[in-house]
Amino acid sequence: MANSVTLDKTEPATAASSAEPVVVFEDVSIIFDIKPVLEKISFSVMPGETRIILGPAGCGKSVLMKLANGLLKPDTGSIKVFGQDVTKMSENDLYKLRSRIGMVFQESALFDSLSVEENVAYRLNEEKVPEDEAHKRVVESLRFVELEKAISKFPSELSGGMRRRVSIARALITKPDLILYDSPTGGLDPITSTTIVELIVKQRDVSHTTSLLITHRLQDAFTLATYQFNTETGHMEKLPHNGIVPSTRFLVLNEGRVVFDGSTEELVHSDDPWLKEYLS
Amino acid sequence: MPFVSPDVFLKQRVAAVQEYSLLTGQAVANIFTSPHYWDDVFTQMDSIGVGSMPIVILTGFFTGCVLALQSASSLEAFGAISMTGSLVALSMVKELGPVLTGLMISGRNASGMASELGSMKVTEQIDAMRALGTDPVRKLVTPRLMATVFMLFFLTIVSDAVGIAGGALVSVTMLGLNFSSYFHTSYRSLTYAGVTQGLVKPLFSGFIIATVGCSFGMTTKGGTQGVGRSTTQAVVVSSVFIIIVDFLVSRAMIGIFGNQ
Repeated sequence: MANSVTLDKTEPATAASSAEPVVVFEDVSIIFDIKPVLEKISFSVMPGETRIILGPAGCGKSVLMKLANGLLKPDTGSIKVFGQDVTKMSENDLYKLRSRIGMVFQESALFDSLSVEENVAYRLNEEKVPEDEAHKRVVESLRFVELEKAISKFPSELSGGMRRRVSIARALITKPDLILYDSPTGGLDPITSTTIVELIVKQRDVSHTTSLLITHRLQDAFTLATYQFNTETGHMEKLPHNGIVPSTRFLVLNEGRVVFDGSTEELVHSDDPWLKEYLS
Repeated sequence: MPFVSPDVFLKQRVAAVQEYSLLTGQAVANIFTSPHYWDDVFTQMDSIGVGSMPIVILTGFFTGCVLALQSASSLEAFGAISMTGSLVALSMVKELGPVLTGLMISGRNASGMASELGSMKVTEQIDAMRALGTDPVRKLVTPRLMATVFMLFFLTIVSDAVGIAGGALVSVTMLGLNFSSYFHTSYRSLTYAGVTQGLVKPLFSGFIIATVGCSFGMTTKGGTQGVGRSTTQAVVVSSVFIIIVDFLVSRAMIGIFGNQ
């Protein structure tokens, strides 16, 4: 457990400055037509924490992510991000808040009429950042996801995994304080999925950014909970002695309700029969 | 097609009208506030205006030709064949130029807007734009609205001009009319009221094409099938509205200027 303790000691500046949760969901419900997609969801995410959201398909995970970013408004309850209630904010105020949030969409959602460089630099171009500086930051961001060579390609020329990595680069370029990953490995082969998970582990361990991550792949979730990034080798490695990353916690949803909210150890040792079946 | 109960049908219609009004209101309000995406406005002007020139010229020209041809026999019966120029000019400028150009542009551009924005909507690109801090209405809808209204005005003028030229060609080559008397009659018959009517209509048509096309695009649901549905509905609804509004504007103009 020694290594996980070391990670604790290098907690980010944001956590040191305040113990205020970054994201707080309180009694949030949302209904589409007559079907309740999420019912009375309550949880909070502390600074530096990686919250993994698990659940079967169609249980409302993507909707929860969009609610966190203010892209959807709930029918009841409140959602506070960085201490501000996003359910009561106007769209213009939300744009300012979103400059601190990076979002990686399920299907990458790259703008297909723009090149990779224009996609990654999108927010910088909107903020009228000078071209040279924007280009430098794009190269740096693409270097992080190991796609420097694809800078002038178009999304249609890239594979699924490459598109996913570009969308991660686009989300990370402004060094956000909160990152939302919506099924970052969905629909990818195991090798590409591992590459993406390694990037997420790298981002978590190097920048200690708070993040919410949706996945329906348990192997990716447990990789995140049990691996850490080694800056010397440039790869992730399993924590020794079956160690667990303490900043990684879980939220399990089923049919729109919270079924589990806690740490990795609590999840693995849970007595709930549905959870046991889901995890097996 | 499945039957829907009357109240569900009405609720859907009212909801659609509400979405359209909100989007249109926002798009128009964005014209008067910054930031403006002038690059996108000019790109759209090129695509909508310059890109539509070939079909507008062809439609206008052959409409003028067929007007002259078809009216020849009726006018001859009254000994009024020399009035062909007047008939073609008045029909093109007051009615056929604006309406047919509007319908052509609706078919070409309302469908284009609905399919482009619809594809962006179903692939979450609109949500990604919002997540990246850009207002999609300001970036996508307002430039298209400004470009369509502006360019349709000039496209209608082009259509009227080539229509009158087409009528002239048929009159001179097939009906044995005199070139200069044709243009003289055309020019004399065009009144201020008629020309104003003919140039106000494209402003309304342009507004309808852009707002209906973008509205259907931005509210697309249901993957690729939904995009197809949005595109078809955008063309149908904008075409029907162009014709209805054409009648209303004609009546209003006659009310303002009298029947000239």
